[in-house]
Amino acid sequence: MSAPPATSVLEVNGLSTHINLTRSVVHAVGDVSFEIKAGETLGLVGESGCGKSMTGLSLLNLLPHGGHIVEGSIKLSGLELVGLPERKLRTIRGNEIAMIFQDSQSSLNPTMTIGRQVMEPVRLHRGVSKHEALDRALEVLELVGLPHPRERFDDFPHQLSGGLRQRVMIAIALACEPKVLVADEPTTALDVTIQAQILALLDDLEERLGMSTLLITHDMGVVAGRTDRINVMYAGRIVETATTYRLFTGMRHPYTQALLGSIPSLDQDREKALYTIPGLPPDLAPPPSGCRFAARCAYATDECREHEPPLDGAEGHLFACWHPVDGPIERLPTIVPPESVKVPIAATANGRHLLELDGVVREFPVTAGIILRRKVDSVKAVSGVTLHVDAGETFGLVGESGCGKTTLGKLIVGAELPDGGTVELEGKRVFALKGRALRRARRDLQMMFQDPYASLDPRMRVQAILREPLEIQKIGSRQEQDERITTVLREVGLPQTALERYPHEFSGGQRQRVGLARALMLDPKVIVADEPVSALDVSIRSQILNLMRRLQLERGTASVVISHDLAVVKYLSDRIGVMYLGKLVELGNGDDIYRRAAHPYTDALIKTIPVPDPAVKRADIAISGELPSPRNPPSGCRFRTRCPRAQDLCAEEEPLLRSFGPGHVAACHFPLQAPGEAAAEAVADGDPE
Amino acid sequence: MEGVPPFGSPNIPTTAPEGGEVALITSGWRLAAHEFFSNRLAVVGLGIIVFFIVFCFLGPIVYPTNQTLTQPLLSDMAPAAAHLLGTDDNGFDEFGRIMVGGQTALEIGFFAAFMATVIGTLYGALAGLVGGIVDAVLMRFVDILLSIPLLFIVLILATRYHATLISQSLIIGLFSWQAPSRLVRGEVLTLRVRDFVTAARIMGGTRRRLILRHLIPNALSVVIVNITFLIADSILLIAYLGFLGFGLAYPTASWGDMLGNAQDAVSSGYWWLVYPVGACLVLVVMACNLVGDALRDAFDVRLRKR
Repeated sequence: MSAPPATSVLEVNGLSTHINLTRSVVHAVGDVSFEIKAGETLGLVGESGCGKSMTGLSLLNLLPHGGHIVEGSIKLSGLELVGLPERKLRTIRGNEIAMIFQDSQSSLNPTMTIGRQVMEPVRLHRGVSKHEALDRALEVLELVGLPHPRERFDDFPHQLSGGLRQRVMIAIALACEPKVLVADEPTTALDVTIQAQILALLDDLEERLGMSTLLITHDMGVVAGRTDRINVMYAGRIVETATTYRLFTGMRHPYTQALLGSIPSLDQDREKALYTIPGLPPDLAPPPSGCRFAARCAYATDECREHEPPLDGAEGHLFACWHPVDGPIERLPTIVPPESVKVPIAATANGRHLLELDGVVREFPVTAGIILRRKVDSVKAVSGVTLHVDAGETFGLVGESGCGKTTLGKLIVGAELPDGGTVELEGKRVFALKGRALRRARRDLQMMFQDPYASLDPRMRVQAILREPLEIQKIGSRQEQDERITTVLREVGLPQTALERYPHEFSGGQRQRVGLARALMLDPKVIVADEPVSALDVSIRSQILNLMRRLQLERGTASVVISHDLAVVKYLSDRIGVMYLGKLVELGNGDDIYRRAAHPYTDALIKTIPVPDPAVKRADIAISGELPSPRNPPSGCRFRTRCPRAQDLCAEEEPLLRSFGPGHVAACHFPLQAPGEAAAEAVADGDPE
Repeated sequence: MEGVPPFGSPNIPTTAPEGGEVALITSGWRLAAHEFFSNRLAVVGLGIIVFFIVFCFLGPIVYPTNQTLTQPLLSDMAPAAAHLLGTDDNGFDEFGRIMVGGQTALEIGFFAAFMATVIGTLYGALAGLVGGIVDAVLMRFVDILLSIPLLFIVLILATRYHATLISQSLIIGLFSWQAPSRLVRGEVLTLRVRDFVTAARIMGGTRRRLILRHLIPNALSVVIVNITFLIADSILLIAYLGFLGFGLAYPTASWGDMLGNAQDAVSSGYWWLVYPVGACLVLVVMACNLVGDALRDAFDVRLRKR
């Protein structure tokens, strides 16, 4: 990033935005001021509902129904935008300020070819001929790295992958060479490997075009390496603003400190709890008086609750706090419960593992026709996965979306049945059972879901939700059931008053606790947790992670944790399996995977994860291209199409899992580590054939 | 956990549970009710329906009239103090007859809508949950039924069987469940892949339990909205039948029969045999539709604010 010149392109002063609802007014943005200099990238970070998106939308006056700017000024190169008539604003939107949205699926018009959508702003703002617009569109599509733009020009959005659609969105935004680009969560909906590509593209374009960018995101890892300055927002206010390096290393606001402290890093010590911010962000209709963070702040005094601190500080580093902190949290709090409660990880008495998957295959048919539904093809979701989980052990599964990890989780709990291979619990093929025996066996395998909104029946009270598993399994009298419900509810840290409430009355984190409680009701032997925290905000995420870690240690239940987030998986798991396109490509403990990765895919995955530390040197795009279609996976090694080390052998022969140390196996012909002595032998975990 | 500092944040001793207190928010149904009653048209519609129920069922007690013995001497009298809305060809008091006719219209409307809803909901839920070939066959059957004009079937059956209140509502109910079944199936298709249904399945829940405890209660809002439209449709249908002369057997009357009998009355200038009963029919059907629309909006709000 070049040194920022002195002129500011965008100046925002005392901006306040309100949203009128039927019965209340949400003070979404309150007294926000910032400026962006030419060629500078400004980060705007905060949790959902903190007003960061509303700030972005206010800049273009694209607020939702009922939203309006109540005061403040927005100056674009000296031109006041607030109060400008709609007709004038239209000539600025998409021309001088452009915006990229999170969801490229819903932001592109599905009935228009991508080429025409890129041409549209050029035609509108430049008044050029159709031919010139077409040339410009091709030029921009080329610029954003869309392969073969001339051939793809007449494609519709649904014909492109998520990553390519996001590139088209960027192309539309850049078509008129805007001075300011507002990027609202530009990569949140994308996979890590694609995210890295898009972020690198944005970086590159800024440098080449000299744009100023406002990067709005909730992900501290994304802003860490890509911005010059960062504004931290909380409950509609900017609470701290500083240069990126200073914010990460010498933050003064307790919220910034806690937010950064609560993110599990890849080298997180598993024996320590994560820092958490208790409670929830405040309701902004109307906002609380005093410091808005006071209710959740460890340093709050009466002064904080009564008087709101001004945004103040030395040149370049402003913060709004009466009791500022100094730099990041030094010691990590509370070591997790004592060793005495720890249940040893062990194979069962007869030498078998608790849960064994052997060559499990699951293919979803792709059908045609309405009545006969001929099978025309199949999606190879899981292709021969062999793994085991011991009692008391936590097994983590990572991979990009579409790699089959969720399907594998569903196969373990019997929500899907395998087309080949076996799933055995304590040596028994449970899902081959029928009727009563099957129902009995299901007690031992329970699941915790990703989406806390979809996983609880909105028509049932929490009491009924927690009673349901006991009712189905016909366990205990009504009174015994009540006692069990009370105990488990306390275990997951919810008040007894929760019993009479419906799911919609809870926050996302609390719902996730109810979901976990439901999975615990039957005292299962194995719990599968599918993306348990990815739908939650950063500050809530660490609460749930701590809870899961504590219950793991206290109860000794074996679990399978599925996530796209390697840091989450590494924090919770004893052993980790990396999946790619339906195959397990590497398996080992946290350090094997993180420090001694043998498979190029694992290595690339680690390198592309955005790390919330500006000092970490960002590797160039470690992995190019996109996930091939699981309908026709590549021959031989499935990763070869994106692998920098691929050779002819990879296309011809499928690599087998080879040992790289105790319990560490990987399937690669040209691994990054020298294979162990038992290289040629099939390893203990079994031959995938 | 009470009294213990929350795990991971040692600085703040608190008695609050680790997961935080549960904020009290009004229930979804109450929210929906609030939205419904803030819609003026809906309140008017509901008022009209309540008025007609009271009018038709309690009215005859306050305003007793002869509706069984024909009295040719009193036929076709203009409205007067003795007969508020005059009399018809048979000498029956028209005002009293509107009450009696309204009773049958409302009874048939509600009963037929109830039948259609029960059949349609179960049928749709089953098709949606089982899926595959069963779903395809069940839904193609619905398509076939929908392509046969309902009025034909009802007319044919009405001529073959003695038309009573029960038989007519059964016929209407048995042939108008296709719309609710499609609605419920659509809803179930989106519900059955939701995680809470998967969760119940993983616990070992039977198909019966999934349908009765999870799928139907969650599809209920769609069904309730549809009931109001079904009532309106059934009342109209029974009116068509009466108008075409296939109405209820004498001496039972419905608004449709009354309108049918009064076909010539317009040209003879007996306006009181046409307009009052016609207005009642229009009002009730309109009120049902108003309530239905408002319910749909109200449920939308509940879902939006979940």
